Amino acid sequence: MFTAFLIKYAEIGVKGKNRYLFEDALVHQIKYALKKCEGNFLIHKSQGRIYVDAQGEFDFDETVGQLKLVFGISGICPVVSVEDEGFEKLRERIIQYMADVYPDKNKTFKVHSRRARKNYPMESMEINAALGEAILQAYPEMSVDVHEPDILLNVEIREKIHIYSEVIPGPGGMPVGTGGKAMLLLSGGIDSPVAGYMIAKRGVKLDAVYFHAPPYTSERAKQKVVDLARIVSRYTGPIYLHVISFTDIQLYIHEKCPHEELTIIMRRYMMRIAEHIARETGCLGLITGESIGQVASQTMNSLMATNEVCELPVYRPLIGFDKQEIVELAGKIGTFETSILPYEDCCTIFVAKHPVTKPNVKIIRRHEQNLDEKIEELVRTALDTDELIIVEG
Amino acid sequence: MEVYLDNSATTRVFPEVAELMTKIMCVDYGNPSSLHMKGVEAEQYLRYAKETLARILKVNEKEIYFTSGGTESDNMAIMGCAFGNNRRGRHLITTQIEHPAVLNTMRHMESIGYRVTYLPVNAYGQISLEELQRQIRPDTVLVSVMHTNNEIGALQPVAEAGALIKRMNPNTLFHVDAVQGFGKAKIYPKKMGIDLLSASGHKIHGPKGIGLLYAGDKVKMQPLLYGGGQQMNMRSGTDNVPGAAGLAKAAELLYAHYDDDVMRLYQCKRYFMEGIRKLEGIRINGLLPGKNDGADTAPHIVSVSFEGVRSEVLLHALEEDKIYVSAGSACAARKPQPSATLKAIGIDRNLLESTIRFSFSVYTTKEELDYTLRALYDKIPMLRKYTRRS
Repeated sequence: MFTAFLIKYAEIGVKGKNRYLFEDALVHQIKYALKKCEGNFLIHKSQGRIYVDAQGEFDFDETVGQLKLVFGISGICPVVSVEDEGFEKLRERIIQYMADVYPDKNKTFKVHSRRARKNYPMESMEINAALGEAILQAYPEMSVDVHEPDILLNVEIREKIHIYSEVIPGPGGMPVGTGGKAMLLLSGGIDSPVAGYMIAKRGVKLDAVYFHAPPYTSERAKQKVVDLARIVSRYTGPIYLHVISFTDIQLYIHEKCPHEELTIIMRRYMMRIAEHIARETGCLGLITGESIGQVASQTMNSLMATNEVCELPVYRPLIGFDKQEIVELAGKIGTFETSILPYEDCCTIFVAKHPVTKPNVKIIRRHEQNLDEKIEELVRTALDTDELIIVEG
Repeated sequence: MEVYLDNSATTRVFPEVAELMTKIMCVDYGNPSSLHMKGVEAEQYLRYAKETLARILKVNEKEIYFTSGGTESDNMAIMGCAFGNNRRGRHLITTQIEHPAVLNTMRHMESIGYRVTYLPVNAYGQISLEELQRQIRPDTVLVSVMHTNNEIGALQPVAEAGALIKRMNPNTLFHVDAVQGFGKAKIYPKKMGIDLLSASGHKIHGPKGIGLLYAGDKVKMQPLLYGGGQQMNMRSGTDNVPGAAGLAKAAELLYAHYDDDVMRLYQCKRYFMEGIRKLEGIRINGLLPGKNDGADTAPHIVSVSFEGVRSEVLLHALEEDKIYVSAGSACAARKPQPSATLKAIGIDRNLLESTIRFSFSVYTTKEELDYTLRALYDKIPMLRKYTRRS
């Protein structure tokens, strides 16, 4: 029945002269998302709207499923598109449409027509009245409500006539690629993929870095991170995942620094390394899944201590979220099931029984001096052996 | 060098087995149930498989059933016999150190109203025959005891248990899970009082997805799978011809050099244990006291606890040198489930998560063992240095 989709976008509409940039990016992202669907689609901008026209057979559910992954889409309207064969024929189609889409007729409606093709013989008010009457005649249990109708039936007279009334909510946000690029610190836990998702939703392309610590973390732990990146990349497009071997750095810190400060100092080196890769790859910021007070390394004091080592802005979209809220989001995004697979990540291996919760930055800095030049060498080696995995959903 | 010491998990397929299976899959791919020539040809392989395995076990070929593997064989034996002998009683006996394929089937039987007795084991992983004798009741339908324990290699007194059960209650059936023992020991069900025996293809250099169940002709069993009525209605489903032939071929090859192979495995085991003993803070699990030094447990399994080393970390450290072993206790980092076997033999709590299983095969060489021992000498002190301080 449906042969096309009208794509609604929220915030792009208010952009000024560079609006076309956002629209083009959205078209590009839609094309990318629909590559995985059965069927061919023509995606085009026309009079301030984006249309997805199916060329022949297509799988409705699969297509909607893919469109729901595209940031920038606020709503997806399945459209019945018919040739203009006179008003009598249009009446019949409208009555048929109501029969197909609304088996339950105990609803209020309003017809909203738009005459984009001005040579159409009737004016929009006339069309509204005539079609409304036709529906009332065909389905006496329906009634008109012009203020808060259950069904807002749109009829657009263009080259063809478009009929639509349903709006399937999209993910919102902005098309990926319109907001620059950022480096996500991906751990394998529940939070970091959600953090990546949230920033990507604002139009930001993602790269990611994972700190691997063999033999303390296994190949499967790494595979889990790749799998998480793959789920996130369904929304964001390809993600360049950098895998950094962190074992030697970790063991060296373990050897030279007080045990309670191990996690903080380790995280400071992770931030340094992440920032280094971020700068080299043109990222404009770092993203972490931290939320205040969740664990010892995420208290305000600890965040201050890890934050001071880098100059790039660190985006922490989950900072004010409760764990339960994050879990719910992870479930919605589809990363939760993978996140809870029980493989040890590199942050938990040597964690002290009572790690510092209020680290003093000055003391941390002093203890870091125990690491002298050798740590620089280890960091360089880690950066040199960076393994790049291109992940695509 | 790549050293595979996880042969209790699975084994490398013998080339002869792969060759035979390729031929069956690509050339003689018929369905034995078909009436035409192609089906008859395929049936020949099935016949070969049954005859070969029947000869090895000294049983009748009509008593051999093919399944999807050890797990299905165990399920079929336990549930099939329990359901098939419902009127005789609802009591089952097994041990605390069975493989999950038996243990969890028993738990399921409990959940549907059966009474199950789990026999404890001593520090060497063996059941006590006196205890078994005490537990057999008039309504005991089935006793299930594993031949060789998969984690520590303990051998059960199967023949003695078989005789005892028949003496106590001639109606009680005796099932033996021989997934780890088949191919490493001579097992003759009819001489040992065994009514049902499970074995698996991929533990003996055969393919995955095939298992066998021996069930004596007097055993009353109910099928678990219904369908086209293959295997005399006991196990429906198109016959897995390449699997069955592959399993038989592997068993045939193994038992052809049985004496030499088993002797060599014991040599490997002794050599390896000697090497392991040079390390401090280790414990070899399940070894019986006395001069035999491992000759009275399975030839291919050595279970070692390394004090102060987490097994998962050691496993991955050895993996870096392409040495593949198994963490003796299947325990995930955040969901510790110490192994039932290790707990049952009463090893220290802090050693539960420090246990590694090394398991050998006919492919294992002395060079590989030297390489592994060197890696251990190298890594154990390093891993002990970096541990979670508290």
